[in-house]
Amino acid sequence: MSFPLLTATAVLPAIGAVATAAVPAARRNAAKALALLFSLVTLALAIVVLVRFDPGGARYQLTESHSWIAEFGVRYELGVDGIGVALVALTALLIPFVILAGWHDADPLETGSKRWRPTQGFFALILAVEAMVILSFEATDVFLFYIFFEAMLIPMYFLIGGFGDRAHEHGEEAASTQRSYAAVKFLLYNLVGGLIMLAAVIGLYVVAGNFSLAEIAQARADGTLHMATSTERWLFLGFFFAFAVKAPLWPLHTWLPNAMGEATAPVAVLITAVVDKVGTFAMLRFCLQLFPEASKWATPVILVLAVISIVYGALLAVGQRDIKRLVAYASISHFGFIILGIFAMTSQGQSGATLYMVNHGISTAALMLVAGFLISRRGSRLIADYGGVQKVAPVLAGTFLIGGLATLSLPGLAPFVSEFLVLVGTFARYPAIGIIATFGIVLAALYTLVLYQRTMTGPVKPEVSAMPDLRARELVVVTPLIVLLIFLGVYPKPVTDIVNPAVKQTLSDVHKKDPKPEVEAAK
Amino acid sequence: MNPVNYLYLAALLFTIGATGVLIRRNAIVVFMCIELMLNACNLAFVTFSRMHGNLDGQIIAFFTMVVAAAEVVVGLAIIVSLFRSRHSASVDDASLMKL
Amino acid sequence: MENLIALLIAAPLLGAAVLLVGGRRLDAVGQWVGTLLSTVSFVLGLVLFGDLLGRSAEDRTLTQHLFSWIPVEGFQADVGFRLDQLSMTFVLLITGVGSLIHLYSVGYMEHDERRRRFFGYLNLFLAAMLLLVLADNYLLLYVGWEGVGLASYLLIGFWQHKPSAATAAKKAFLVNRVGDMGLSIAIMLMFTTFGTFAFGPLLGAEGQQGIAGDASEGKLTAIALMLLLAACGKSAQVPLQSWLGDAMEGPTPVSALIHAATMVTAGVYLIVRSAAIFNGAPDAQLVVTVVGAVTLLFGAIVGCAKDDIKKALAGSTMSQIGYMVLAAGLGPIGYVFAIMHLVTHGFFKAGLFLGAGSVMHGMNDEVDMRKYGGLRKYMPVTFVTFGLGYLAIIGFPGLSGFFSKDKIIEAAFAKGGAEGWILGGCALLGAAITAYYMTRVMLMTFFGEERWKNQPTRSPEAPSAEPAAAHHGEHAEPHPHESPKVMTIPMIVLAFGSVFAGGFFSIGDRFLHWLEPVTGHSEGDSPLSVAAVTGATMVCLVIGVGIAYAQYGRRPVPVVAPRGSLLTRAARRDLLQDDFNHVVLVRGGEHLTRSLVYVDHTLVDGVVNGTAASVGGLSGRLRRLQNGFARSYAVSMFGGAAVLVAATLLMRAV
Repeated sequence: MSFPLLTATAVLPAIGAVATAAVPAARRNAAKALALLFSLVTLALAIVVLVRFDPGGARYQLTESHSWIAEFGVRYELGVDGIGVALVALTALLIPFVILAGWHDADPLETGSKRWRPTQGFFALILAVEAMVILSFEATDVFLFYIFFEAMLIPMYFLIGGFGDRAHEHGEEAASTQRSYAAVKFLLYNLVGGLIMLAAVIGLYVVAGNFSLAEIAQARADGTLHMATSTERWLFLGFFFAFAVKAPLWPLHTWLPNAMGEATAPVAVLITAVVDKVGTFAMLRFCLQLFPEASKWATPVILVLAVISIVYGALLAVGQRDIKRLVAYASISHFGFIILGIFAMTSQGQSGATLYMVNHGISTAALMLVAGFLISRRGSRLIADYGGVQKVAPVLAGTFLIGGLATLSLPGLAPFVSEFLVLVGTFARYPAIGIIATFGIVLAALYTLVLYQRTMTGPVKPEVSAMPDLRARELVVVTPLIVLLIFLGVYPKPVTDIVNPAVKQTLSDVHKKDPKPEVEAAK
Repeated sequence: MNPVNYLYLAALLFTIGATGVLIRRNAIVVFMCIELMLNACNLAFVTFSRMHGNLDGQIIAFFTMVVAAAEVVVGLAIIVSLFRSRHSASVDDASLMKL
Repeated sequence: MENLIALLIAAPLLGAAVLLVGGRRLDAVGQWVGTLLSTVSFVLGLVLFGDLLGRSAEDRTLTQHLFSWIPVEGFQADVGFRLDQLSMTFVLLITGVGSLIHLYSVGYMEHDERRRRFFGYLNLFLAAMLLLVLADNYLLLYVGWEGVGLASYLLIGFWQHKPSAATAAKKAFLVNRVGDMGLSIAIMLMFTTFGTFAFGPLLGAEGQQGIAGDASEGKLTAIALMLLLAACGKSAQVPLQSWLGDAMEGPTPVSALIHAATMVTAGVYLIVRSAAIFNGAPDAQLVVTVVGAVTLLFGAIVGCAKDDIKKALAGSTMSQIGYMVLAAGLGPIGYVFAIMHLVTHGFFKAGLFLGAGSVMHGMNDEVDMRKYGGLRKYMPVTFVTFGLGYLAIIGFPGLSGFFSKDKIIEAAFAKGGAEGWILGGCALLGAAITAYYMTRVMLMTFFGEERWKNQPTRSPEAPSAEPAAAHHGEHAEPHPHESPKVMTIPMIVLAFGSVFAGGFFSIGDRFLHWLEPVTGHSEGDSPLSVAAVTGATMVCLVIGVGIAYAQYGRRPVPVVAPRGSLLTRAARRDLLQDDFNHVVLVRGGEHLTRSLVYVDHTLVDGVVNGTAASVGGLSGRLRRLQNGFARSYAVSMFGGAAVLVAATLLMRAV
């Protein structure tokens, strides 16, 4: 038996979490360093996975399979396809930056405050989230996936509720109330989604007799497993609902602005760049593979909801007064694009959607982390409290602008490639929806530039006049992200090469072919 | 004598006991009413045993008596300690599940 | 030779990277690094130009394929370049004028502490613009297209501490994004229609016919209209023209390079480059000519009313690009002349802007022409070069504008039929107005009495428009002086171009023969003879100059602008376009977003919070049942038992 590489990518951060939590309270910095070390080693391991993965090879690679609960046919089955491997790499890549950016977020409060802040816990929870997210990207057993899909809520709940942002316009008391509201809202939304999914998982077992994704998908393709149309649709809806909450899709989105607004910037990145990706990833992997007919049946409604998400999220982002909530609504708009790409059911759309997941992770991380640095300097999340920052902190303003430009999908930066692919893939099948979604790019420019203008330009406000520029630690966080944004914008081929075969497989699962160009079709 | 009459008696005793549990406040009286209900059940068991001609009912009646005896031991101890701390044996005073 | 094409773009891109990332160390030499790399690009352009000239006319297309950019099943976008006569023309214009303006900026921005960044942005612009004209497919062109938009955004808002500059920059980017939407929809349409958006297969290459003609006319019209939308955004054509006037908030060299000579003409490039598509969509071509004609009048009218010298020139730019778009809409009759006017306009408009910058440099950054006057004595070089640019733009016989604009007017008439008469008439009217407003600018600036004497130029509250020269002392009376050599030399060079380029291009139809293999050309049949059109143009010119002289040359110019007629007041406000934008888009948008925020909070979130609240209320009520009284539990127990017994009996009875 070969070395269980995939298990290792998840076990390593889990061990890291335990180890970090076990560091004595006084050795705070040792705990931080340990967490960073584990996240870096996980990254190295993820790179090994990436290298070992052969895009032209079998669909699921590096597979592991062990019996777990034999009575119910639950197996411990791991495996990655091109889409999974890209997202595992993204997760492993972002966590070190999250840890580094949150270096001081969980330090004990200034003396005199009685609140207890377990610094170690913060970093241990981040690593725990990493372990579970990676496992849910790797699990090919539906039940196994479900367990981690739900379990990651627990550490996330504590990260939002316990280590939230203390900057609040109405003082710390209000911040605390808001924070618990946000954490509970996050938990309830996702639990409801998860419970409905649990019902569907059980229903799937009743129908199929096991939980193995590959076996069920194979049986469905062979025709040996027949599902009644209504059964398939109900099961699809059960799965999709959970993923749509996680993603989040309009109108199930309202937990995201609260959660991202109240969490500290690194945790907000963790939510939107990593955890939410499980939702869109699972749509591609589970909804389309297990329920191809129902997916096609639901497509029109989902596309409309996705377009509403795009436009609605962008419009609400324009109207926000709070920097972090603005980014959250922008993310809702971006998730609309991802879901649009998945359900357009074209190669361009789905490749674009997968690429979008990766690029959105990086670009939101860049924007949100710089926003976090900005907020930590001034102690306020309100856009109106800033002005003229670029005069006093030009590097901060410059990186913020690049993050913003990535968010508005400027060509030359990574998100452009994915956004254009999604749009072109949608347009090829549904021109009207494609055109409406294109309005999103104008609105994206609006909210990004308004944010930049109000915070960074204009006369310098007295409160920001002494603001220091980015420090070395912060530059270490931001620079690689920006380099990646530019690199993947100019040369996305390494990622598309990995993703394309998996997308081709997924499309053949749902029996969809790309529409032919008109001129060619006419011949 | 028709054994059904014993059943009527058992029902009557049970009703008296139940009413006592519901309307009396004194813990001792409530307790005794519970005993009354248990014994009404015993009477019914024995009657059924007689009517059906097997011993199951009588055996269960013994069990009930054992359980009732155990209950008396625990229950009286609780009532005594309640009375010691509160100087009252009213069940309504003990609504907080603590002393 | 082909491999040089990438270097052409790489040189300024390297400059941008070095200057923007390099940090303060490069502050002292930044301007020379930028200028040097832009000159390198120009020299490379000349080398390539020499190479092209050495080939036969059919063989003048160089291609370079760098790497596969976005390879996805059925979708192939490459990073590759295509250098033919059309892009070569642009390359020389961009790098040539660009290098001159870099040089000029060395003087102009001398005292700006963020000079290094300015040159970084300028280099970024050059790289993006070169990418735009050299790309061999529409998606890569789109990268350049948005890249120049970004550079323009950064440069308009270069003095970010001025809220007006930051707002203008944002406005420019947003309006351009609306146009970009058109371009991206056009690319999507091309993809679904043809399966490709590369120039080679689509528009034809190496003598082969492209597949652009194979599609239905409806599809081609749709694509062409979307391309036109893109062109309207980038080239400030009605209805997306509103950003150009505000864009004058940027430093003057930026206005000269980006918002006069090069970037704003990208729309014309796009239309001419897509000739194969437009030729198959006559309806779209008609729309193009209408847009061009409307804009050329619109811009000219706005130019007449502005007192701000840069905004008057901006109106003129719009108007001149209107001419080019009109010509491009005429199809093969006009493509060559659109590009020719574009090149000559690049020379004289850049020269005019640099002249305006020089005037402002000497006048404490005053931009109001009513506070100029009689400057010809103080700035002789500026006066002469500006004057030559002036003569060129109004189409004085023998100068550049005369040749290029005249050809467009001829081509408009040659369109034939009623359309030809209307378009030609508009073009002639435009020529008259051009003569009027440019004479007005000339007279108000360099002639008449010296209105700047004995009055402080600037109230203390008003922030300096061009802080580059803030060292002059803000409130003193201006002391007009000639600008340093580093600024006047580019102006002189451009003045040469303004004078001779048109003649050089036209003698022996050189420019026509050069571009014809790419754009194609047909003569059309004009109802008027060439001499008649030229005569009419001259009459228009004389009328325009005459009226302006009567108004501004013979009577003193009031320092405070008179109220003016209704039209004047509307024109000062960009013919109420801005008011429309403000009321409908800005206000409307604010209301929309605000109400959506409210809806999201109360309705979408409200449903959830309401559910949570009602569950909470219900459980609160249920909690009251758990009161701790043993007897109440006993009641519920007996009740439950009774219900059970009753149910059992009932079931049995049934």
